[in-house]
Amino acid sequence: MSAELPSSVPVADTGLDRGGLALDQHGNELPPEAPTSRLNAALRDVLSGNIVLTILAIVVALVVGAILIASTNADVQATSGYFLARPGDMLAAIWQSVAGAYAAIFRGGVYDFTSDNFGDGIASFVGSLGFATPLIAAGLGIAVGFRSGVFNIGGTGMILVGAACAGWVGFALTLPPGIHMIVAVLAGLLGGGFWAFIVGFLKARTGAHEVIVTIMLNYIALYLIDYLLNSPVLRDPSSNAPVSPPEKATAVFFPLLGSKYSLNFGFVLVIAATIFCWWLLSRSSLGFKLRAVGENPRAARVAGIRINRMYVYVMVISGILVGFAGVYQVLGAQTTGFDRGIDANIGFTAITVALLGRSRPWGVFAAGILFGVLQAGSYTMQAAEGVNVNVLPVIQSVIVLFLAAPPLVRAIFRLPTPGARLKPSTPTKSPVVAK
Amino acid sequence: MKLELRGITKTFGALVANDHIDLTVEPGEIHCLLGENGAGKSTLMNILYGLYHADSGEILLDDVVQHFAGPGDAARAGIGMVHQHFMLIPVFTVAENVMLGHEESKLGFLDLPAARAKVREISARFGFDVNPDALIEDLPVGVQQRVEIIKALSREAKVLVFDEPTAVLTPQETDELMSIMRQLKEAGTAIVFITHKLREVREVADKITVMRLGKVVGTAAPTATNAELASLMVGRSVELTVAKSKSTTKNHALVVEGLSIRDAVGNLVVNDVSFQVRAGEILAVAGVQGNGQTELTEALLGLQDHVVGTIELDGKSLRHLPIDRVLAAGVGFIPEDRQEDALIGEFTIAENLMLDRADGQPFVRRGALQLGFRSNFATEKIAEFDVRAQGIDTPVGRLSGGNQQKVVLARELSRDLRLFVAAQPTRGLDVGSIEFVHERIVATRDAGVPVVVVSTELDEVIALADRIAVMYEGRLVGIVSGDTPRDVLGLMMAGELPAGTKLAA
Repeated sequence: MSAELPSSVPVADTGLDRGGLALDQHGNELPPEAPTSRLNAALRDVLSGNIVLTILAIVVALVVGAILIASTNADVQATSGYFLARPGDMLAAIWQSVAGAYAAIFRGGVYDFTSDNFGDGIASFVGSLGFATPLIAAGLGIAVGFRSGVFNIGGTGMILVGAACAGWVGFALTLPPGIHMIVAVLAGLLGGGFWAFIVGFLKARTGAHEVIVTIMLNYIALYLIDYLLNSPVLRDPSSNAPVSPPEKATAVFFPLLGSKYSLNFGFVLVIAATIFCWWLLSRSSLGFKLRAVGENPRAARVAGIRINRMYVYVMVISGILVGFAGVYQVLGAQTTGFDRGIDANIGFTAITVALLGRSRPWGVFAAGILFGVLQAGSYTMQAAEGVNVNVLPVIQSVIVLFLAAPPLVRAIFRLPTPGARLKPSTPTKSPVVAK
Repeated sequence: MKLELRGITKTFGALVANDHIDLTVEPGEIHCLLGENGAGKSTLMNILYGLYHADSGEILLDDVVQHFAGPGDAARAGIGMVHQHFMLIPVFTVAENVMLGHEESKLGFLDLPAARAKVREISARFGFDVNPDALIEDLPVGVQQRVEIIKALSREAKVLVFDEPTAVLTPQETDELMSIMRQLKEAGTAIVFITHKLREVREVADKITVMRLGKVVGTAAPTATNAELASLMVGRSVELTVAKSKSTTKNHALVVEGLSIRDAVGNLVVNDVSFQVRAGEILAVAGVQGNGQTELTEALLGLQDHVVGTIELDGKSLRHLPIDRVLAAGVGFIPEDRQEDALIGEFTIAENLMLDRADGQPFVRRGALQLGFRSNFATEKIAEFDVRAQGIDTPVGRLSGGNQQKVVLARELSRDLRLFVAAQPTRGLDVGSIEFVHERIVATRDAGVPVVVVSTELDEVIALADRIAVMYEGRLVGIVSGDTPRDVLGLMMAGELPAGTKLAA
């Protein structure tokens, strides 16, 4: 029995291999509608988009932000009354308000060009990195989940639990410098990981949907922390408000670039976390299996991958990463004691960061820095230009909106639809040429 | 109505999908368009139906040049198309589907009675048994296809194109479709029948045009032999019968005893099935789709939940083992639905080749993927299994069905196997790939591995099997030797065991 097939034989189907031209593959019966949820399909669409669309989504969002800034500006409103008489006034006012606001964001988030020397100017960007740190950490956690087909909406809960655990170790225990910080960090990661483990365990054991469970656990975490902050466990006895005592100096993240800059050791840890996620997803056996489950759980199961176990693993990893955002909040960002608002909405912003970064570790890193810049800049914008900081969440939301709707972005910028020439739905005008 | 295509040319980038195709179909004629996947048949028909626009060439109906801007124009001109994947709305009734797209109304209300009457009239004319008020989702596939035909006929189609209509049908439904096509032909319809199944072609065709690589490579009469047609399609002679030596029977390797399987809602889908497979033997499980074969193969792998009975491989039980342990015990598996169960479309060829070996040497060491080893392995395997792709990093979803199946084969056959289970291994593949897959399965058998092949294609069963087990409604009708005549197998597939049949259990 010879199995040799001469490779020089022109088998007809080679044409299909080039760029997947949709020629005659109708011949292969397509599988029935996949049982994966529409949520998963939509997610896959968003994650498979390209970098151009991502950048254009940001551009559109900035334009929408500009409209918002202009329309809420008092000068613009005043000049609009006599727009027809002297349109130049209003256009100038619009330009002033928008350019002023975005220049302020640049000054506050990237480089303060009004300062005397480079060291002071760049302090803005260094500060942005501080804002970016928890966003990157939580974004990585959400992204690892996305890549494995798991929607972790429970960032808030994991951040709160992680922050509470790290915070308690930080103010309640007395340990040598360094060791204290390490123990506090580990406690926070354990807390976040445990909170997420509950989700993975319930999903694997009972098939409970992680979206529901994580949302519910957010509330449980919030009220749990609320309760503890009103009990002797977390409450600062010297304060009237439900706030924890300040962290001990031995536990907090030390500054990286001296006391002049706000950047601390947490940023180094988040770089390490990014490298870890990259290794996990593209170089490790576990990551390979997680991605397989995320792309096609049925095929993963047939290939002997224990899907339920993978769901537990990915939730724990996700929870640890998100939990680090909580750790950073108490040991890096707000070391004077925390309250129930310590999550600073990072749990939800991280979903945007993960989507914007297409769930690729370095993409999330870049997206986190962008959001850090916007956040740092928005405070300057409010202080200098009087523009409400709530413009920022609008810009962020619009980015997500457009990421989720690539066809809309394509339509705005008149980009070609991928594979459009193969789509029968775009009839060209040219009639069949008669010779 | 006479259909004529003259010099149709269509290119996609560098690829010439149709190269000056000429084709004439007379009224009352069944014209077969034969060719492998990717030969350009469907492209040609999509041009005819107005879905694509030809770069050059013209379409003539009754010697009048047509300009179709879209399917609507084609339908108005009298061209009907029965797609392989039905364009029906499952929650609508037959009548509603038939009227969809050209709804008639009375006083602003849909004229459903008229649509019903039309369905009844056409059904009566061709002897279809179709209830106009049945919901599409409740109908078997064969009947759904008839609804598609009624839809085309209700729009006065004079030229009907059937695009691979039999791919989704059982053998019985295929036979019924053949007789419907003959009736339509009697009524004067010009029929274009696209397929790559030689048997069907010879049964109904009046004329045969063979396409390969975008060109018409020849025409043939229906009296041509299978071998002649196949060699035209592939461009070389093709072995339709698989060359295989007599199996050297050894001890029973796979022993299945009293296996019963219930589905998720508790129906008994496999009922008390027992069989043995020797090392170096192919047991083919034949039967009409949906008689428990799928569940049987899945149970062997541990993919089914509600199973009773024993499954032993080389004396060790496979029952109650998780899937990874079953695979580790040396079971190779080709699932029926390769895109859903065997491959991850977004993953590269190399990644798919290690999909079920992501736990340890040689692909993984200390938790890390061994990318160098994987690249070498993949490069070697795509050469060995003749996978036509740009490279090992091409996503599997971009490959044609035949090449996808070769990736699955390469993965499964490059492990040390103690048992090989292949479910519908050549479904939807072209002749060249079928030949390759068959050769590989027989080679696996010759290496001394017990093989279980499930197929609904009788040709495939007869070509491969040392023994044939026929299933009907979850039971084994009987196990017979591989040279059992077709008519006996046919009866067994309908649940009857003809008296005097020699069993080979």
